[in-house]
Amino acid sequence: MARSFGTAEFLYLLKAIPWTLLLSLGALAGGGLIGLLIAILRTSPFRVLRWLATGYIELFQGTPVLMQLFVTYYGLAVLFNIQVDAWPAVLLAFTLYSGAFLGEIWRGSIQAIPRPQWEAAECLSLSFPKQLWYVILPQAARISIPPTVGFAVLLIKSTSIAAIIGFVELTRAGQLMTDATFRPMIVYPIVAALYFLLCWPLSLLAQTLERRIDATLGISKHF
Amino acid sequence: MPLLALASISKRFGAHQALDGVSLAVETGEVIAIIGRSGSGKSTLLRCINGLERPDSGTIEFAGKILAPTPRQLKALRREIGIVFQSYNLFPHLSVERNITLGPTAAKGMQLDAARELARRVLRMVDLEDKIAAYPQQLSGGQQQRVAIARALAMEPRLVLFDEITAALDPELIGEVVRVLDRLAQGGMTMLLVTHEMGFARRSADTIVFMHQGRIWEKGPPAKLFGSPRTPELASFIDAILSVDPVVKRCVG
Repeated sequence: MARSFGTAEFLYLLKAIPWTLLLSLGALAGGGLIGLLIAILRTSPFRVLRWLATGYIELFQGTPVLMQLFVTYYGLAVLFNIQVDAWPAVLLAFTLYSGAFLGEIWRGSIQAIPRPQWEAAECLSLSFPKQLWYVILPQAARISIPPTVGFAVLLIKSTSIAAIIGFVELTRAGQLMTDATFRPMIVYPIVAALYFLLCWPLSLLAQTLERRIDATLGISKHF
Repeated sequence: MPLLALASISKRFGAHQALDGVSLAVETGEVIAIIGRSGSGKSTLLRCINGLERPDSGTIEFAGKILAPTPRQLKALRREIGIVFQSYNLFPHLSVERNITLGPTAAKGMQLDAARELARRVLRMVDLEDKIAAYPQQLSGGQQQRVAIARALAMEPRLVLFDEITAALDPELIGEVVRVLDRLAQGGMTMLLVTHEMGFARRSADTIVFMHQGRIWEKGPPAKLFGSPRTPELASFIDAILSVDPVVKRCVG
């Protein structure tokens, strides 16, 4: 006899939300570091570094995140010859994945800064890292906020794939409750609504930021 | 010994020979105005001097030292040679003060307090001390360009390059920028300008260089060059300018 879907089952779903958030935040943090490095390498004057960064981006953008997840999960197991927990594997996979996408977003933001800004900084005798730090990155950061928030929304939804290798986040919790209650048409709409509640504020934030930055920055207006 | 000596500088962009064996010496305190039609290589010449473009051949000697285009030498060179661009190129995310103090602090290691004092001083030179806290987009084009001049001066350069710095300005804003140029010239600054301001060139330049097809076609003091051009190319260039602008005609003629 199946359980009915009640408060306990609903609470079980709620308790899975922190894992979805933790996975998303962890991947954003780690991916942010990788992404910054990739973006800088992609725009550096050194061809070999640009190639390496491009290769990384192509690899992770050109393969399904599910395959990346499988390769990390089983790869870690083979590499260390142990049964790996799902958590480090999904965190690593989504970190690498985020690194590629954030790298590409930020590469675009850096390249959106007009060439004369680099030249003006260069002509003040600033070294390449200082040109980046004082002149280019602060401007690129403002441009990149809306697409970065947009990616965060995508990432939160993508983490549902982690359910496939058994990591209990929101989607996996939904599967478990469906198996227990046989009520997919109650459980999954609720799961979807919970995702929506996580993502919608971020989408609103992205839109607001976009308007604000258009209005205040005035970079495009001036070049 | 000249401060800057260019010898046989050539530069090609694809099929276009932008510079074709240009040699030029700039003495300390000299003001040289480079004139010529667009595409004659004027801006490319300036950009070669401070390493934004790399000449295909020829040598650039600054203060007696031949430059090799290594990052370290270019960095050192840019403490000595300032440049002001046609499109100002101020940093839009930084205040006027920070635009000016960035070079001295981040590149030359000057203390921030000293740099802020310096910022006041150079802003006074361009009559914009009251705009020290403003952001570039709050200023008119003429004001932005004067801030850009102040920013270049704050590096305390021995030579300043000006690349058509009034060309992007509305006509009524040109005067305020030219006045600053006049003042700098009188103050003994060594200046190399690409300019269409014939009034300024005649008034404040020691030497006029007329460029044509990537070469120095004619060179000499303003009175001589404007008064009796030797080549038909310069004569027709002067005619072309005079026909569009009666004010310039008064200044030049």
